Amino acid sequence: MEVRVSNVRKEFDGFAALKDVSLDIRSGELIALLGPSGSGKTTLLRLIAGLELPSQGKIFFGDMDASEKTVQERNIGFVFQHYALFRHMTILENISFGLKVRPRATRPPAGEIRRRAMELLDLVQLSGLEKRYPNQLSGGQRQRVALARALAIEPGVLLLDEPFGALDAQVRRELRRWLREMHDRTGHTTVFVTHDQEEALELSDRLCVMSQGAIEQVGTPDEVYDHPASPFVFGFIGESSELPVTVEKGELLLAGRPIGLAAPEARPGPARMYFRPHDVDLVEGDATLAGVVHTSRRVGGTRRVEVDLGPANHKVEIDLPFDHPAGERSQLTFRPRRWQLFPSA
Amino acid sequence: MAISRHSPISESLGVRIALIVTSVLFMALFLLLPLVAVFAEAFRSGLGPYLAGLSSPDAQAAIRLTLLVAAIAVPLNVIFGICASWAIAKFEFKGKAFLITLIDLPFSVSPVISGLVYVLLFGGGSMLGPWLKSYGIEVLFAVPGIVLATIFVTFPFVARELIPLMQDQGTGDEEAALSLGANGWQTFWRVTLPNIKWGLLYGVLLCNARAMGEFGAVAVVSGRIRGQTTTIPLQVEMLYNEYNATAAFALASLLAMLALVTLVLKTALEWRFGDEIAASGH
Repeated sequence: MEVRVSNVRKEFDGFAALKDVSLDIRSGELIALLGPSGSGKTTLLRLIAGLELPSQGKIFFGDMDASEKTVQERNIGFVFQHYALFRHMTILENISFGLKVRPRATRPPAGEIRRRAMELLDLVQLSGLEKRYPNQLSGGQRQRVALARALAIEPGVLLLDEPFGALDAQVRRELRRWLREMHDRTGHTTVFVTHDQEEALELSDRLCVMSQGAIEQVGTPDEVYDHPASPFVFGFIGESSELPVTVEKGELLLAGRPIGLAAPEARPGPARMYFRPHDVDLVEGDATLAGVVHTSRRVGGTRRVEVDLGPANHKVEIDLPFDHPAGERSQLTFRPRRWQLFPSA
Repeated sequence: MAISRHSPISESLGVRIALIVTSVLFMALFLLLPLVAVFAEAFRSGLGPYLAGLSSPDAQAAIRLTLLVAAIAVPLNVIFGICASWAIAKFEFKGKAFLITLIDLPFSVSPVISGLVYVLLFGGGSMLGPWLKSYGIEVLFAVPGIVLATIFVTFPFVARELIPLMQDQGTGDEEAALSLGANGWQTFWRVTLPNIKWGLLYGVLLCNARAMGEFGAVAVVSGRIRGQTTTIPLQVEMLYNEYNATAAFALASLLAMLALVTLVLKTALEWRFGDEIAASGH
């Protein structure tokens, strides 16, 4: 189902947690709401769910205005950060809860409820655990029960709040892949909240980057990673280094010296240049960024060095091949291969 | 180097023994001895007079009244207690801190004062008393007054037990139930109540023990009409003042047994559901 968030504002005791947010969620897509804590991403998810009501603005499910509908009427599946499994019910009872509480007219017969719950248990690969209680399961298993429980009511939209937040790294990676496969099989429109950019990039069809109650950028992982729309997005998604430069006659200068990068379109004057540590070329020559290695650490398959760029004491991080001979106090000259300019703050 | 036998942060053997012996002696002297004395006194003249003391019409009336009062006060306090703790734990509103303080009021006020408040409210010189009387409703020196005073005194037990428990559990489970399509009533019966049932039972137990044993507040409002408005504690005192020690202690032994049963059930609950009850800070 399509979900359209239209000019939504949400205040808590006069504090605006969301400021005029609009977002179109396409039917069947897996979209991530990504942002640091306090960015309003969970508030937006809860507004879509109907667990909160907007102070202003509307939320549409398809063509239906859902803004004033209760959470029950919206028919959403919500997976809570800490799962919120019912501790006094078995796994099977947890999964069938949503069907059992339906009014008599729409409630399937008991046998049918059981059959559907067992099917879902199978779908989340937990067959055989139906008689267990939530506290007898591992974190990853509980997460999958929570998902099965949400799917049992055949929701129009699946909403997940930090679905992997409470799991350790190994389980998290496994479940991430598994969730993607689940989504491809079932095709539910899915919105999930995360503060983990790696998770968002890997898992989602599109991601919506949020900061301070506003949406910074919406796009595919490639678009957001390669063409960040704002310094915030550049800094939040992936690694980044920043330098205060000046644009003069279509050239970039750092502390008055040309660095060999042309920017014919840019407005003359001070600007901020952003680049990724791994997007640099080591080059010889005068018009380059030149500096002294300050610190050097091994990060996975590369070596990340912090380079002190001399006069104004600017430090940036760049990645070198792990076997590069540069040690501390070595001289390096380089140029960003890809970079982006933003107006000075 | 000498190997120390006890944990480096615990006290030495002598101190530990001294502490344990002191507490055991204290308990024996102040708690166990009186309890034994009650039963010893009750059975001093043998089983016959003991049973006679319990089966006299006045004693029977007192037992019936006590059970009746508890049967009204405890369920009402369960409902009030759940409502109050629900309101306090699950949502925000103005005056919440005040409500929490108010719930504790019966604990901090002397029961005699609680009784006097009802005398002032419903007595002959009050606004309410004569008005209710004109409709044939007697509050003071009658069963309704005793029930009211008991409700007042025992109100905090259930609420105090549930508030921390419900605050600790938060609203996650309820939100999950709502998101799965349950209405408010289903959410309460199927999710909230099962989550708090052991804490609730614990509160009910304490509430009941106090409801049956309350003396001060009830003494003020009851008027002590023999066979009509005397509860067990009042009857015990009256018998004792009449030098009818055997009958007094026979009735007292009932209350003592109630206390013992409460204690056993309470311990059993703590042992079995310690985690859930621990959340309430006991």
